[in-house]
Amino acid sequence: MDTAQASAVTTKTITFRIWRQDDPAKPGHFDEFKVPYAKGANVISCLMEIQRNPVTVEGKRVAPVIWDAACLEEVCGSCAMNINGRVRMACSALIDKLEQPITLEPMSKFPVVRDLTVNRDRMFDALKRIKGWVPIDGTHNLGPGQRQSPVDQSVMYVLSTCITCGSCLEACPQVTQENDFVGAAAISQARLFNMNPTGKMNSEERVRSLMGPGGVQDCGKAQNCVKVCPKEIPLVTSIAVMNREVTKLTIKDIFFQDEAPKAHGSGPG
Amino acid sequence: MAPAARFTVVGGGLAGLMTTIKLAEAGHQVDVLSLVPVKRSHSVCAQGGINGAVNTKGEGDHPDIHVKDTLRGGDFLAEQVSVKGMCHAAPGIIYLLDRMGVTFNRTPEGLLDFRRFGGTLHHRTAFAGATTGQQLLYALDEQVRRYEAEGKVTKYEYWEWLGTVKDDSGRCIGSVAVDLRTMEIRTFPAEAVCLATGGPGIVFGRSTNSIINTGTAAGRAYMEGAHYANGEFIQVHPTSIPGEDKLRLMSESVRGEGGRVWVPRKKGDTRAPQQIPEAERWYFLEEKYPKYKNLVPRDVATREIFMVCRELGMGINGRDGVYLDVTHIPAPVLDAKIKGVMEIYEKFVGDDPRKVPMVIFPGMHYSMGGLYVNFEADPKTLTPAEGSPKNQSTTIPGLYAAGEADYAFHGANRLGANSLLSCIYSGMIGGPAMASFAKSQGTSAAAMPEKHFQAARQYWQDRFATMLKMSGTENPYGLAKELGDTMTENCTVVRYNDRLKKTIEKIRELKDRWKNVNVLDTGNVANRALSYTNQLWNMFELGEVIATSALLRDESRGAHYKPDFSLPEPKTKDPTQDPEWMSLWRARHEKWAKTTVATYSEAGPKIHYEDIPTPVLDPEPRWYA
Repeated sequence: MDTAQASAVTTKTITFRIWRQDDPAKPGHFDEFKVPYAKGANVISCLMEIQRNPVTVEGKRVAPVIWDAACLEEVCGSCAMNINGRVRMACSALIDKLEQPITLEPMSKFPVVRDLTVNRDRMFDALKRIKGWVPIDGTHNLGPGQRQSPVDQSVMYVLSTCITCGSCLEACPQVTQENDFVGAAAISQARLFNMNPTGKMNSEERVRSLMGPGGVQDCGKAQNCVKVCPKEIPLVTSIAVMNREVTKLTIKDIFFQDEAPKAHGSGPG
Repeated sequence: MAPAARFTVVGGGLAGLMTTIKLAEAGHQVDVLSLVPVKRSHSVCAQGGINGAVNTKGEGDHPDIHVKDTLRGGDFLAEQVSVKGMCHAAPGIIYLLDRMGVTFNRTPEGLLDFRRFGGTLHHRTAFAGATTGQQLLYALDEQVRRYEAEGKVTKYEYWEWLGTVKDDSGRCIGSVAVDLRTMEIRTFPAEAVCLATGGPGIVFGRSTNSIINTGTAAGRAYMEGAHYANGEFIQVHPTSIPGEDKLRLMSESVRGEGGRVWVPRKKGDTRAPQQIPEAERWYFLEEKYPKYKNLVPRDVATREIFMVCRELGMGINGRDGVYLDVTHIPAPVLDAKIKGVMEIYEKFVGDDPRKVPMVIFPGMHYSMGGLYVNFEADPKTLTPAEGSPKNQSTTIPGLYAAGEADYAFHGANRLGANSLLSCIYSGMIGGPAMASFAKSQGTSAAAMPEKHFQAARQYWQDRFATMLKMSGTENPYGLAKELGDTMTENCTVVRYNDRLKKTIEKIRELKDRWKNVNVLDTGNVANRALSYTNQLWNMFELGEVIATSALLRDESRGAHYKPDFSLPEPKTKDPTQDPEWMSLWRARHEKWAKTTVATYSEAGPKIHYEDIPTPVLDPEPRWYA
């Protein structure tokens, strides 16, 4: 519909080095592609161009590159990958702001499925571990929820914009493919649900889920997560808040071992 | 007690997840099939909000006014019983979402805040910043995760639905799907299947839709006998940013919060927008529509912007683009209410919209049409009868549709912030309908002879094996681009019959060339080109339905605009005062206030028309000036 955009294509080209791996078990290699330059192009629009003409600079016809993407406006969380060695969302990586050749690699903290796609199941499993939901009684009409102050809303809103892209795990030195550290995203979600007026009734079980191996105290405080978060979520603050809650609960456990069943207790918000 | 009945929900957006929650809550087992992890579904892109006449602003709003705005907004092509049910359920739905933890914006008193949106004069839209769809999807995703942890829901993410499994009577008893990672093809027996698979944006190449929205499932269901209704009604959103890979939506909430649309009064004015004084700016929507101003319904705003650029040549620098200006609104207000869209503009265009007016142009956004579904009216309330197995049912017994994939709620034009609502409402009544259907059947799908499943599985295994060997010269992604270019050029804002005929010829040509596709990838892990080649055919089918339906509807109504068949302008400001015009309107309405229904045939869609019962509201001229 925008004829102006289409005519902006020139003879300039963009060079890409892209990681290719057919199978998680097989070794990978780089393929090099040249793509016609277009104003406003981003990494995804170039990958689409390669789909329409999957030929390397050596003139070899190859399978189109496999990558994950959906919304292309940085809200679905699909297209996180390493671009020139830094994890970021491919859709908002504008070509004009990148040095060439542009190197695309899959995130390293998740198992590769193929090429640039990885398996991020551990992130969704972590959301189960921290019980990331408000346990409502049912979907029948029970009237309005509790009132909330605009200030609380503004804090919770930012936390709830997490797109589960995996950037924070990718940048974290504590996360490896072998360990089960829940990572900053899930810790921050636990904080979100513990702030919710209903969610806070179950705050203790979320805090408890962050105790022990793989929990919040595995954080090495490198603070890389907050630097790479595309949604600028205050992840370090969330980790600090949940760390404090875990410490408080640990102390409480020591001094009040004989108290009522822990799973149903109502902890601090 | 008998073992829990098993159902399949296809699609993990708002409609699919709400259907899932309703079934799981009632104790059933649900398999959710989704192309992507459900949290990444396209509902996440909705920005502005969700409508519900909660009336907290002292404006006297009421669900009945919401019904009227919706039916009038859709120029009386929407299914009235379902619209009434939806609008009356809306306040309860917003409260439910609030209880689930959606971080809706609040008033100083701590109540839910509401903003203005198009096609209404009331503050009726609840919102969470400008990422309301994301927040709503997450809330439902979290509830489904809870059921998943309890073992009631099994998610099959990166699975693509391929088609139905039917018994000898034609009842849908399950589905065939392919694992997009391992390429395994298997069947999923189900007492009922719901397609909550979203819209067909990618049929138009670039749109505001996610790239997963190819419409493939609806296209395939249509080929298998489900009727497809109102395909010609395609919403082109007035305000998007054109891009190489997609058209990025700039929410209607930008105008809801006071954003103004304008172009320089002087044609070809090359001054920077900030240098152009107020008196030399043409606020064409405010001038022409003094009552609704920038918040006229989307089809109206889109046509005005399109005409200003294409017919008057008044677009910025003579190109396709007008200003969407929020620079008069304080930055903290913008950040509190529409930060999400401000950031999208900043990131993808590079300018700060708080300081420089945005440049926008209409972009394909939504399909009002979709799979034909039924409803059973409760005679007392004239809303869908609770638990009726008819609600949301397609013309294939046992197959249901919900969300953008169904045709019912929006008629000829959808009002902003009604889509999140229709997704959730259709899931709320679709889930119970599926359960009732299962109860009404003598034989459980699980007890059906294996031969039905075997045959369906074999069909798809053979089809994929054949496609994997396709080694012709056509690139499937290239063919898709040609389809998108044709559809965008001829089937969006302005439509002419000669061009629509050419579009249909073009699609037939593309179908022919599809037979000469090179599948590009012979791998057996995550072979996306293979699944795309299959999807592409279904996209052609939907494209043909859309173009044919548009060709045959010789009138202008809502988003479907044909200059050659439009009514003249009435002589009075209030058209009901112009008897001559009213008789023209009545004649037109008599002939065309009907649902377009497409049924599949190999030679092309067969179209017939269905009368629309109007028990809720009598049609009247749709007029916003």
